[in-house]
Amino acid sequence: MSLGALPPVPTDPADVRPGSGDGGPRPASLPLRTSGSGTAEPRGDRVFRGLSVSAGVALLLLIVAIALFLVVRAVPALRADTAGFLSSTGWDPNALPPRFGIVALAFGTVLSSLLALAMALPVALGVALFISHYAPRRIAGPLGYVVDLLAAVPSVVFGLWGISYLNVPLAGVSRFLAEHLGWFPLFARAADDVYTRSLFLASVVLAIMILPIIASLSREVFLQVPATNQEAALALGATRWEMVRTAVLPFARPGVIGATMLGLGRALGETIAVAIVLSPAFVVSLSVLQPNSGNTIAANIALAFAEASATGRGALIASGLVLFVITLLVNVVARAVVSRRREFTGGAL
Amino acid sequence: MSAGSVRDPATPAAGTPSPAGTGAAGTSPASSTSGLRTPSLPPWGVPAVVAGIAVLTGLLVLATPLGGRTATVVVFALLLVVVQTALSLAVEGRRRATDRLVTTSVVLAFLLALLPLFSVLEYTATRGIHRFDVDFFYRSQRSIGARDPGGGAYHALLGTVEQVGIATLIAVPFGLLVAVYVVEYGRGRLAATIRFFVDVMTGIPSIVAGLFVLSFWILGLRMGFSGFAAALALTVLMLPIIVRSAEEMLRLVPSSLREASLALGVPRWKTILRIVLPTALPGIVTGVMLAVSRVMGETAPVLLTAFGAASIVRDPFRGGPQSSLPLFIYQQAGDAQQTAVDRAWTAALTLILLVMLLNLLARLVTRRSTIGR
Repeated sequence: MSLGALPPVPTDPADVRPGSGDGGPRPASLPLRTSGSGTAEPRGDRVFRGLSVSAGVALLLLIVAIALFLVVRAVPALRADTAGFLSSTGWDPNALPPRFGIVALAFGTVLSSLLALAMALPVALGVALFISHYAPRRIAGPLGYVVDLLAAVPSVVFGLWGISYLNVPLAGVSRFLAEHLGWFPLFARAADDVYTRSLFLASVVLAIMILPIIASLSREVFLQVPATNQEAALALGATRWEMVRTAVLPFARPGVIGATMLGLGRALGETIAVAIVLSPAFVVSLSVLQPNSGNTIAANIALAFAEASATGRGALIASGLVLFVITLLVNVVARAVVSRRREFTGGAL
Repeated sequence: MSAGSVRDPATPAAGTPSPAGTGAAGTSPASSTSGLRTPSLPPWGVPAVVAGIAVLTGLLVLATPLGGRTATVVVFALLLVVVQTALSLAVEGRRRATDRLVTTSVVLAFLLALLPLFSVLEYTATRGIHRFDVDFFYRSQRSIGARDPGGGAYHALLGTVEQVGIATLIAVPFGLLVAVYVVEYGRGRLAATIRFFVDVMTGIPSIVAGLFVLSFWILGLRMGFSGFAAALALTVLMLPIIVRSAEEMLRLVPSSLREASLALGVPRWKTILRIVLPTALPGIVTGVMLAVSRVMGETAPVLLTAFGAASIVRDPFRGGPQSSLPLFIYQQAGDAQQTAVDRAWTAALTLILLVMLLNLLARLVTRRSTIGR
């Protein structure tokens, strides 16, 4: 129906910017117009544009709705709370009167995620460097794919593996650490000498799960470092490591920071693996090697959901809201760091 | 000992962005010895050191009560790093020693990362094979207790297929439209905002998506637990993945194609539907498959929205609580009985196989793509 009409005239140079190679500035309007057709775009275009705009807006509304509904459901439970939600550590929302606070959960969440990050980050960077700069080029691609496969393993399988395979050997490592480095707060000795199902086990499983995420994102950044920078370093007589240190790492730093934050966000929100391996308790404790020395927000939601009363569900939703806010902050910071880099280099992450 | 080259003269010559080499790189044989060259370990140095350490580790394990696979590997790695660095430090100096230390560490880091992958795969395969039988894929858990042998995951498989299928049906058109808006129409603040929030949305924990559907659909609209509620939660998780991958693929479509079509007088919407989307199709399909494989393994949101059931529930809308494969694993693994745990492992094996198959298929589709990598 509209074959006679001109294609819609972009009113803004930014309107037509698809594709990688944009052909420079465009005229704001074309000099020619078919007579009679007016300035209105064809109806098909109006409909399609309307559809896609509303899809975009709906997506924004969805995110607003997520926050909104969590708040709406959390407020009644928070009203009923007789302990301070932001100041108390216990979690007893099904009792009468309900008493619960987020402190222990938030502490355990952050502690386990930071531990996981500390373990995963060096290995992930090593993996990324190996694939981008050390492995023979021919096998680097397949090796990268193998590491990506680690990310494809569902978290419930990691949890199952963690509890039935990793639990006992890791308890041995924990005992060793506690006996020899027990003076260090994190490695405090257990009074009953039991080291299974600890927050440490949860952190190790989390570390394994976030490792492929950090590794593959960092690898992408490492591969984007301009060859000229690296060749210049080598030409000046740098060894490979000196080249990496002086040319690759500085260039990739924002991308690596972003990847790290994304990994951290994933660790903070991981639910089922932690729920399976952890023996939880609502305490604020640094003794991560012992069981019953902590809990995480996400794991607690999965564990307590089935038996929760109405107030209990509200309390769990309130804790989920806290998790949402924490991960949102981490992600926003990560994206800000990454996109600031994109402005400078035009790379994509 | 001075037959080696000065630091990799050959490596940057090819102009490759990533100089490649084996773990023992850096000792490419040079022709002559001259006063200008720093001494370096011979080409056979590294293999020799590795072999020596291997023998030493073997002796240590035999002679001392070290024992254990893990301990052996750890001792080997530590000895390797220490001895090689010390040797290199003595012969080649600090800079090359650091270089070698880093090379070894990077290789070890990679091997370390592979350990859990192979361990998980091997363990799941050996534990899951027990119940990998016809009954498992043919029967449900209806009136089967934790101690009872038999039983299966048919109901869970059905639930997974229905939930993921519905989620895909909703998320793909929705996500594609958003991607089309961002790439083809979007400009100014709205498009930037949407892009930013799509990025942020990828970071939303899956449990929060479950909580959202719980408070909106189940508690708010009083719809009850159902497979459809789980599908809604999975949709929230799939959307950003699909938008991101489709967006990247649409950007790869050359603008000359669009311009040619527009110049022929084809309206914008038809250009997008007939030219742009078909060109990007293989990449988009890959993205969708990866998104499907990602949400297929999600347990937490399904737990909060479909809750789980032991019998076969065909109707995802009005059938009430439904199970899914990951949820089945979680609930069976929670039982202390060996028969239940066996079922959990077989379900885990099934789930891993499904997810990996999807991943593999996704890669194969990409390979047929004319644009992209």
